[in-house]
Amino acid sequence: MIETLKFLIFDNLIYILAIVIGVILTVAYLTYFERKVIAFMHARMGPNRVGPWGLLQPFADVLKLLTKEIIFPKNANKFLFLIAPIITLATAFAAWAVVPFQDGWVLADINAGLVYVLAMTSLGVYGVIIAGWASNSKYALLGALRSAAQIVSYEIAMGFALVGVLVAAGTLNLSDIVRAQEGGIVNWYVWPLFPLFIIYYISGVAETNRAPFDVAEGESEIVAGFHVEYSGAAFALFFLGEYANMIIISALTAIMFLGGWFSPFPGDSWIAQPSIFWFLAKTSIFLYAFFWFRASLPRYRYDQIMRLGWKVFIPITIVWIMVVAVMKVYHIGPWWN
Amino acid sequence: MTKIIRYLKSLTLNEIRKGLFLTQKYFFKRKFTVRYPEEKTPKSPRFRGLHALRRYPNGEERCIACKLCEAVCPAAAITIDSDVREDGSRRTTKYEIDLFKCIYCGFCEESCPVDSIVETDIHEYHFESKGKNVMTKEQLLAIGDMYEEQIAGARQQDAKYR
Repeated sequence: MIETLKFLIFDNLIYILAIVIGVILTVAYLTYFERKVIAFMHARMGPNRVGPWGLLQPFADVLKLLTKEIIFPKNANKFLFLIAPIITLATAFAAWAVVPFQDGWVLADINAGLVYVLAMTSLGVYGVIIAGWASNSKYALLGALRSAAQIVSYEIAMGFALVGVLVAAGTLNLSDIVRAQEGGIVNWYVWPLFPLFIIYYISGVAETNRAPFDVAEGESEIVAGFHVEYSGAAFALFFLGEYANMIIISALTAIMFLGGWFSPFPGDSWIAQPSIFWFLAKTSIFLYAFFWFRASLPRYRYDQIMRLGWKVFIPITIVWIMVVAVMKVYHIGPWWN
Repeated sequence: MTKIIRYLKSLTLNEIRKGLFLTQKYFFKRKFTVRYPEEKTPKSPRFRGLHALRRYPNGEERCIACKLCEAVCPAAAITIDSDVREDGSRRTTKYEIDLFKCIYCGFCEESCPVDSIVETDIHEYHFESKGKNVMTKEQLLAIGDMYEEQIAGARQQDAKYR
């Protein structure tokens, strides 16, 4: 009994807390980073009033959100209305359980990590659908419908891209996938799986409902989409979930295509050692790209999104899975000879 | 052939890459933001801000209650009452401008035959309670006294274009 308790507290709870608090703090500063990056691309300054260079802005925003009232719309289903943001947030955080930050730095080193991540990121859509349904508002419902259709479509392309990684690495364990890419930049899966890498990342952007695939929010057409009726802390949870999902997509791209914690040029110097630093640096690149896209690209039309998902991404991924499988089985090419 | 090239271009995300590089270029460009309370943009001497009533150097108020400004004001923001002063000259007893009605068009200043009512370049002011938006004659004269130097300077600068 005591042993179990000890195990639970010291081996799990502390790590869970560390991950959750880390993710929340990252989300807080991600909002600051997003506003700064987009502002710079607009030739503006961005937030620079609260604290030096506006660095305390996220805390001001959080305090404002948490002190606001949660308004329940008339005839809304209160239970579903409250459970929706919790689902979004919980699934976004749960996916972090299998992310390896460094060799051995992983909360749950399970051998079906890839499937687990895929399951968690697609469960997140329930939060969006339930929120849209429970709000009893036409805009929210439209946003939820769009989001559901979009996420279901891109899930397939995303899954196929991951099948490519699975074929290449021969394992579902995320740590083992990273270990299979050891040995410098040439061994990273980004080269043999380049189309899958691009498709995975773009599908990830679509999956998290970020620009240019943000039709689920579409503030210029359906106000704010599925979370139009949410305010205060409930809205903050949605916000947190969305950004946590962005981080997880970036982290997974870094793990599966850019060799996770390995440095691009292995050597003896301290900087070339595999470490969490490399993992975070690679993740940041993709996070930056999220904002870069948002500042550059206009929103896709809805039928264009569907066309891209079904008629471009899925065929390309299927073809490339074949190519990878043939290369792997017959030991062809510079990577598998 | 052109069709194939178009396919390849869209497959390699050509247009999107162009757009992304453009925004990336702007990322490093100089920012246009003016950090307002610390930095301010230059103002023209013709800037039309808060109103003021001026005096002659000998301390006599300029306004002769001709009511031209009241007549020309398109927003009907000016209210004037006049009476004969002890020395027999015509003067205003009440000169009020409702700053909520005022559209800062500058017609009052243009119509004034004695350069009495002017618009200064003060634009950072506020009212803290209801009714404070109506500037009385005393307030307007006080503003004129306080900023006479700046008002005269701006008029001097602009004189050759009038």
